[in-house]
Parts: sequence; structure tokens; C-alpha cells
Amino acid sequence: MVLIGINEFIYVASILFLIGLLGVLLRRNTIVIFMSIELMLNAINLALVAFSRFNNSMDGSIFVFFIMTVAAAEVALGLAIIVMLYRQRQTILVNELKQLNG
Amino acid sequence: MIDILFSIFASLVLLSALAVVLNRNAVNSAMFMIVSLVATAGLFILLEAYFLAILQILVYAGAVMVLFLFIIMLLDVDKGENFNFKTRKLSLCATILGVLLLLALILNSFSSNNLPSVELFLIEDSSFIDPGAFDNKAKAFGQLLFTKYMLPFQVIGFLLLVAMIGVIVISKKPKF
Repeated sequence: MVLIGINEFIYVASILFLIGLLGVLLRRNTIVIFMSIELMLNAINLALVAFSRFNNSMDGSIFVFFIMTVAAAEVALGLAIIVMLYRQRQTILVNELKQLNG
Repeated sequence: MIDILFSIFASLVLLSALAVVLNRNAVNSAMFMIVSLVATAGLFILLEAYFLAILQILVYAGAVMVLFLFIIMLLDVDKGENFNFKTRKLSLCATILGVLLLLALILNSFSSNNLPSVELFLIEDSSFIDPGAFDNKAKAFGQLLFTKYMLPFQVIGFLLLVAMIGVIVISKKPKF
């Protein structure tokens, strides 16, 4: 019935993780960096669902459930921090936010 | 049929993720992000995880991305970013890292020790025999959440409460 194995899903997940990592390393806009982190979490979700399906076990899917919840909480807090940052410094570009740089 | 669908969804996920990273405009990035998340939900459906697919669309493509778009349009952040990437040295490092990871992936895929290609299990109504087996019904989630994963479930609920209070405290204007 199915010709697609687990390898293809893991390849897609790892390339997606790679793209998210490149986004975190390359971009300057804090919101886009945040979106890239979401992409990486999404890649992990995809890998977990694939492993869960092909191992015939429910545990991976439950983990995806938890990861989604944590990601939602993280996004709410992170965006609140970004809004606060913008109120205080009038910028959210990471190359202008270097007060901790010494 | 399913491999055609897989290639469509996988290429949609990867291309729109690339567009998220490479796009200059943050609003366009958010739009491509929605495409990527919905295509990931399509991949979940191909894996027969229907509950997670609808959860992905509701939580990620719905709530989270609406929050992102709201903040992007509230802050009007595009005016300062005249060029996309950070310093040239860092982009070089990132590109080298990316190419190395991609090479490792390709080498692994053509060597013989890749993961065994097992046939997909057919989902039968086996939840009475083995409650931990994969099932596409939401009932299986509930059963595991309230038995095996009771403590993490409670912790996650408390985490949501903490996040909510934290957001309120952070975004409140200081009185002085």
C-alpha cells in the first residue's frame, strides 16, 4: 500500500530543521528568528510523528502534543518580550541590541 | 498515489520554509510560514495522524501565526532592515554548516546503514489489546494522557498558567 518509508520523512524533517537553523543564524529580525525556531520545532514534530507511526507506538504523538503546547506558551512569552523590547529600544534588530556585548 | 502526495507536500514544506528564511518582508515570511505549517499538517495526514494534523492547523497555523502577524503589523519592523543578513563572516559560517549537514544527510541516505524501510502498519482496532499502539483516534490520546502521561499533562497545564501570568506581567505598563 505504501511506498514511502520512514527515511523520506526523516530527510524532509532534517532538511526543514537545517533551513530553520540557517534562518536563526542568518537573519537579523527577531520575529523572523522566532519563526525559524518554530520551523525547527515543526521539523522535530514531523520526525516524532514519523517515528511514532512506523514504530506503531503512541508515545511520539503524545510528545508532539506536549511540544505544541510548549511552543504556544513560548511564542506568547517571546512576543511579549519583543513588544517590551521595542517599547524600550525602538528596534528589534539583533545587531542593534548589543547592550550585553560589553 | 501516496508518493505523489508525499512529494507535493514535502516540496511545499521545504520551499515555503526556504521562502520564510530568504524573504525580506516579515509579513511575507509569516504567510509562507502558514503554507509550510499547513503542508506539514498534510504530511501528518499521510502518516494517518489526523488528530495531530487538525491540532497543527488550529494551534500553529491559526493561533500562533495570527499572534505573529499581529505583532509584526503592530511593530512595523521592516523599516530598519535594509539588507537581510548579518555580517559576511557569519553568513559564510552558516552556509558552510548547512552544506556540511546536507552532505552528511546525503551520505547517510546512500550508505547501507540507513534506517530500515519497514512497511507501514495497518491501523486496526487494537487499542483494547495494547493501549500504547498507534491509533488515529483522539480516544487514544485521551487514554494515554490520563494514564501514562498524567504528570506531564498536569505540568503542561501549569506551564500554560505560568505563561499566561508571565505575559500579563511583562506587557503591563510600569506605573512609575
